[in-house]
Amino acid sequence: MPDYLEIAGRRFQSRLIVGTGKYSSFSVMAEAHEASGAEIVTVAVRRVNIQDRSKESLLDYVDRGRYFLLPNTAGCYTADEAIRTARLAREAGLSNWIKLEVIGDERTLFPDNEALLEATRVLVAEGFVVLPYTSDDPIVCRKLEEAGAAAVMPLAAPIGSGLGVQNANTLRIIREQTRVPLIVDAGVGTASDAAIAMELGADGVLMNTAIAGAQDPVAMAKAMRLAVEAGRLAYSAGRIAKKMHASASSPAEGLITR
Amino acid sequence: MRIRLNGDPHELAAPLTITALLSSLGIDARRVAVERNLTVVRRADYDKTMVEEGDEVEIVNFVGGGHA
Repeated sequence: MPDYLEIAGRRFQSRLIVGTGKYSSFSVMAEAHEASGAEIVTVAVRRVNIQDRSKESLLDYVDRGRYFLLPNTAGCYTADEAIRTARLAREAGLSNWIKLEVIGDERTLFPDNEALLEATRVLVAEGFVVLPYTSDDPIVCRKLEEAGAAAVMPLAAPIGSGLGVQNANTLRIIREQTRVPLIVDAGVGTASDAAIAMELGADGVLMNTAIAGAQDPVAMAKAMRLAVEAGRLAYSAGRIAKKMHASASSPAEGLITR
Repeated sequence: MRIRLNGDPHELAAPLTITALLSSLGIDARRVAVERNLTVVRRADYDKTMVEEGDEVEIVNFVGGGHA
């Protein structure tokens, strides 16, 4: 059976979405992207440095024929800032997709869900494909979906924390109710975390720090690719029920001692 | 004349188009997006959109980032 991630009518073979921040160099990032097998790469929008034009451009290291650029509104703290950033990103990237973030608190980087909903409604009305980073609140996720979000992207743990999936049950509840793609966005620390997110039924996982911050980002990128594939396969395969006691897997008959 | 460019005061000799402004700054227009007084300027309009005294101009590009 063909398996692909479909968001807003666009199909992707890979269910892993990766970021472009925190790498030691653009060349390491490009290698890690390749090893990850990801097809969607998220990028931030920032002011051009007017004084110093000598720096290399990120876009020299992201082959746009191969990767789909997903601009984000990372760093925005109000709906207005996020909306302005999304409009600029559309003009710079010639795509109407936006990973929408409206941060509510500097220390936890948790989203401001009220502002997030407001920005989602405005941007959907303007024709954007909106992928909102949200807290793991099933009610907020449902409202985002009703507002026209193309996916819902709850966190598994705080951004950059590497704590892994801290909210398995709420993610399960969100999975059960969600019709649009469910992407676990933030909190993954290592490969098993990504596999767990996928086993819970996520349609994809988005990560940045877990790969970029690893001792060997290229090796971790490959580990994440395999983990996302393994987790998806395990979810599709249908796991056994958990039992309290043992259940032998060899026949009880024919033992030489009986 | 004075404008505000990416949050900082910036001196210009005279009003000019967005195309001319980008060119004078050595910026490749294909890789940026421009906002003038809080409104995005469409690429197709760079040649006919003038930057004038007191304007607030933002020029942004894509940089590395994933979250927040």
